Amino acid sequence: MGAEFVMLSLVPILIGVLAAVACALPGNFLVLRRQALIGDAISHVVLPGIVVGFLLSGTVSSWAMMAGAAGAAVVAVLLIELIRRLGRIEPGAAMGVAFTSMFAFGVLLLEQSDTSSVHLDVQHALYGNLESLIWVEARGWGSLLDPVALAGLPPELPRIAIVAALMLVFTVVFWRPLKISTFDEGFARVLGMRTNLIGFALVIMAAVAAVAAFDAVGSIIVIAMFICPPAAARLMTNRLEHQVLWSVAFAIFSAVVGYVAAGYGPLWLGADDAVSAAGMIATVSGLVLAIAALYAPHRHRSGAPADG
Amino acid sequence: MLLEALTLQLGYNATLVAIGAALLGIAAGAAGTFLFLRKRALVSDAISHSTLPGVGLAFLVMAALGGDGRHLAGLMLGAALTAGAGLLAMHWLTRHTRLAEDAAIGAVLSVFFGFGVVLLTVIQTVSIGRPAGLADFLLGATAGMLFGDAVLIAVAGALAVLAVWTLRRPMTLVAFDAGFAAASGIDVRRVDLAMMGLVMAVTIIGLKVVGLVLIVALLIIPPVAARFWSDRSDRVLGIAGVFGGLSGFIGAAVSATAPALPTGPIIVLTAFALFTLSMLFAPGRGLLVGWLRHHRQQRRIHLRQGLLAIAQDLPIYERYTLNLLVRAGLARPDGVPTELGRLRAAKACRDESRWAIARRMHSHEATVSRYDGLRPIEMVLTEDEIREIDRQLAEAGEGCA
Repeated sequence: MGAEFVMLSLVPILIGVLAAVACALPGNFLVLRRQALIGDAISHVVLPGIVVGFLLSGTVSSWAMMAGAAGAAVVAVLLIELIRRLGRIEPGAAMGVAFTSMFAFGVLLLEQSDTSSVHLDVQHALYGNLESLIWVEARGWGSLLDPVALAGLPPELPRIAIVAALMLVFTVVFWRPLKISTFDEGFARVLGMRTNLIGFALVIMAAVAAVAAFDAVGSIIVIAMFICPPAAARLMTNRLEHQVLWSVAFAIFSAVVGYVAAGYGPLWLGADDAVSAAGMIATVSGLVLAIAALYAPHRHRSGAPADG
Repeated sequence: MLLEALTLQLGYNATLVAIGAALLGIAAGAAGTFLFLRKRALVSDAISHSTLPGVGLAFLVMAALGGDGRHLAGLMLGAALTAGAGLLAMHWLTRHTRLAEDAAIGAVLSVFFGFGVVLLTVIQTVSIGRPAGLADFLLGATAGMLFGDAVLIAVAGALAVLAVWTLRRPMTLVAFDAGFAAASGIDVRRVDLAMMGLVMAVTIIGLKVVGLVLIVALLIIPPVAARFWSDRSDRVLGIAGVFGGLSGFIGAAVSATAPALPTGPIIVLTAFALFTLSMLFAPGRGLLVGWLRHHRQQRRIHLRQGLLAIAQDLPIYERYTLNLLVRAGLARPDGVPTELGRLRAAKACRDESRWAIARRMHSHEATVSRYDGLRPIEMVLTEDEIREIDRQLAEAGEGCA
């Protein structure tokens, strides 16, 4: 069990956990600012980004594709702003126009170009391939100390680790401006904070998290992790500090339980194959949210009657 | 090939699919208009994504009952059931918890979709029925569609158009002013429910053609594009229907010409092209018209300021102003006014003085408060009123030099 676990499951679980945390951290602020669907939009536009990145670089080099995805996220944010300002369209509809069109463009590009030789398709983009990120060199827990084996780790792991650390640093360093501008934008401006800049930085960080997580786990987890753990955490407490901690806990719980349920659940039930880990992680995060919505201490709006 | 496709000469099935897609587009554009006016465009995203588990469950049930599990009507029924469940979950979250609608939308769409993906992998694992083609529901595919399926889509699309037509009045009223609608005896909750039902119907009909990831585009883009053309709801509704229908028809026809042209994305990109054209060139709210209007206004202001400068014998330094005056024959390039220029300048100056008087008269308060400083005074006040102003002007001894 030990050696097999380290080889087949340890790395996907770690990647899942890191991706979930990386998305949940900025997700807290997005949910509070009622921008939760930015995550949805970004994870859709990542597709044309990676396709363009692939076509320009000619390889499946992850860095080219990540650069493309990040570029696409920026283009999407600008396009949404453009449509919203120039057309005087409400933000939700502007977002709907921008991300569906860019996604459609990505699919068309993918169909038109010859990507049969590489592993790049729409299904992969939507629900990733967490299960395939195995650590071939691992021989057991001892491999964690073996530099040769460590060199064979899937490159997705260090990448998502760096991004998760970046999210943590961003959240801690900009805690005060983020918190104040989220709850009281007017007050933040009075204090001399550049609230537009903070908002834009948050969206960019969310995009970075989405792109990195997408690389490892597909866009469906990205949306689920942006929204479900922070939303559930929001129902647990009134303090932002606690909410962020709860959301990280929920994200880790969803990733671990989801992966185990997808990988081992069917075996325990007597089937021979695992089901989609990404889908299961999203499902578990939804269950967590459902339980929080039913029983969490702060689930009602403040001031609302107890029976809603 | 393209021309043949657009003129419906690509075979019976392709024609039927194109007509079905056009009807679907009309219904989607119109239903989406109500959603857009109610500022709830992205609710459709939650609905469409939550159809996936329904498709998977319906497949499993039908396959377990011994079929090949691909009966389109059955899959659509399953999709409708979970889409309804998703909609209920979303409403419950926004009503009974303190989460905002956007968080509820995102939560429902990602969780239902994730669960749907789990079901798809379960289907692959248990290997019953013939699951090939289920993934088509993600992005839509009309190639090789069965005749019966095409008929089903066309008929359902026609019914949806009919439903929009029947419900257009109460829905418009609710979309604009829910409070007023309630006061005039309309059951707002039921109309909202009908609107959501309509959106759900469009989504489910569109699953096979456009796919569940992109069907929201057909609900959102046509109304947004139509909004540039008119400020009247009935026209926006009609134009959105036309745009939706065009997108569906052109998309389906173009996609039938080559295998690497997937239907859903082509339909969406057609709609986006219509949106871009509308944003740039629509009269009323289009960017080009807005730009022209801005420049016309700028020209009028410069001309007016130039004339006032002439009237007061001030030199004109602004190049643009001088150019405008020269082009209108009001001044020579060296800045000396022509005879016509002097006349017009005197008139402009006299009108300014008249306005100054009018501003002091209470009877013109409403008119003056809306005055933009450019309109000739004869267009705003009557002859008698101007005569009265002139009398006061003479009394006060004010006026132009």
